[in-house]
Amino acid sequence: MAQELKMLSKHLNFYYGEAQALHDVSLDFNACEVTALIGPSGCGKSTYLRCLNRMNDLIPISRVDGKILLDEEDIYDPSVDVVMLRRRVGMVFQKPNPFPKTIFENIAYGLRVNGLRDHTSITKRVEESLKKAALWEEVKDRLHESALGLSGGQQQRLCIARALAVEPEVLLMDEPCSALDPIATQKIEELIHELKKSYTIIIVTHSMQQAARVSDKTAFFYMGKLIEVGETDTVFTRPKLRQTEDYITGRFG
Amino acid sequence: MIINRRTVEKLVRKFFFCTAAASVAILFMIMVFLFMEGLPILGKVSIKEFIFGQYWYPTSDPPDFGIFPLILASVSVMAVSSLISVPLGVMTAVYLAELASRKVGEIVKPMVELLAALPSVVIGFFGMVVVAPFLQETFNLATGLNLFNAALMLAFMSVPTICSLSEDAIYSVPTALKEASLALGATHWETIWRVVIPASLSGISTAVILGMSRAIGETMVVLMVAGGAAMIPASLFDPVRPMPASIAAEMAEAPFRGDHYYALFATGIVLFLFTLMFNIIADHIAYRYKQVGDSTL
Repeated sequence: MAQELKMLSKHLNFYYGEAQALHDVSLDFNACEVTALIGPSGCGKSTYLRCLNRMNDLIPISRVDGKILLDEEDIYDPSVDVVMLRRRVGMVFQKPNPFPKTIFENIAYGLRVNGLRDHTSITKRVEESLKKAALWEEVKDRLHESALGLSGGQQQRLCIARALAVEPEVLLMDEPCSALDPIATQKIEELIHELKKSYTIIIVTHSMQQAARVSDKTAFFYMGKLIEVGETDTVFTRPKLRQTEDYITGRFG
Repeated sequence: MIINRRTVEKLVRKFFFCTAAASVAILFMIMVFLFMEGLPILGKVSIKEFIFGQYWYPTSDPPDFGIFPLILASVSVMAVSSLISVPLGVMTAVYLAELASRKVGEIVKPMVELLAALPSVVIGFFGMVVVAPFLQETFNLATGLNLFNAALMLAFMSVPTICSLSEDAIYSVPTALKEASLALGATHWETIWRVVIPASLSGISTAVILGMSRAIGETMVVLMVAGGAAMIPASLFDPVRPMPASIAAEMAEAPFRGDHYYALFATGIVLFLFTLMFNIIADHIAYRYKQVGDSTL
């Protein structure tokens, strides 16, 4: 089942007004694999990630050209319903951003906006998602308390559970551990390992170690360009380009 | 050098303390005065008679000092006006904060705020010469100066308050929450309705209550367009005499330190208690349901 192509971008350019933030990025993502996007701050990796679920549509002066295909369908095609796209391509943000609602409602929200009304199935899906996000045991007795009372790591797992509840096919993670302590980070990484069995995961990270630990493939971005991409082991041990090696070994960035 | 710096610090602190103390003291003295001039009426009528008395004939012999019709007038004008101003103000705020393009917002927002700058006498004048004849003709009424007209004019006055405070509240909902909702496949409308508005509800409530308290305390407009009849209104189109209008209209004629004079001050106390209550509620909501959204770590 490995090596099945799930998503890819072809000659993707992205502009914020006049400034070009991404230059001709072509990248493939295999199903049930974790791809890490690394690079120094401002290199475009987050911008790239946000192109994949058209989150950048929210920026009024932005412009995209090139193609992004999800199951061979161009997601920037005018006929594509962006709401449907975002249901298929879920996202976890850099800072945990639970809604100021209860733990239960945080997850039920996505189900409800996706048209699920039946209370029994909502309850079932909430439990499943919390289990998948390895949070169930910690919160099962206080599902109806505010999500804001959880710790940062728990909040982030709640956000992952919330994303999983709507059963996306691809999961985008934008530095999901940058605001977390090492223990919470470890939990999230274990979770990513578990989740890649059923989801295609694309993760932006600032931590080389994290990229090395969780990903199958690594893509190195610099100044809005994709510099190098390959198997994580190869990229980290025998990078083809000097620039990649310098970054990975900490000589710049 | 060090001593010098410390002295300056001390002086600055004392100066600001004096300024703050002066404002508080003046306000407090006004309040004391209000109570001093209003409470003596209780020597003539009981609290119950004063507040629930149905007849306000302060110049008859014997006079009647029942302000129930005035209270009811104030409350009903305020209620009807909120029915108009709350949806209008809040929906405008949602539009401006969430839906309007930047260009439209740049034009509309200052215009709404300009509405707040209109002197109340101008709004009252508009109600008198434009709205009143229109109401009179359209609904075939005895007078166009009535409860509905006053409510409509007060609504115009409170919309800017409600709108600009709600807009601030809605605008300050963190982008992260909106993005979270959109990323789950919610539409823009679902995001507004189920995430943005609940998250800014405390700010919106405060805005609504402050708008209402502005409406209940407003004098000039109700003096000009409410009709001035101290009766319990039977319909939306009956003339009424809200508390502020009564005080403003009668104070000049009331003999100094006479019963009528005391009764008007006592009406002022009641009005003050109303606005005080609104402000306490607004404060309480703002404090108790502090806007949350940005997650804490």
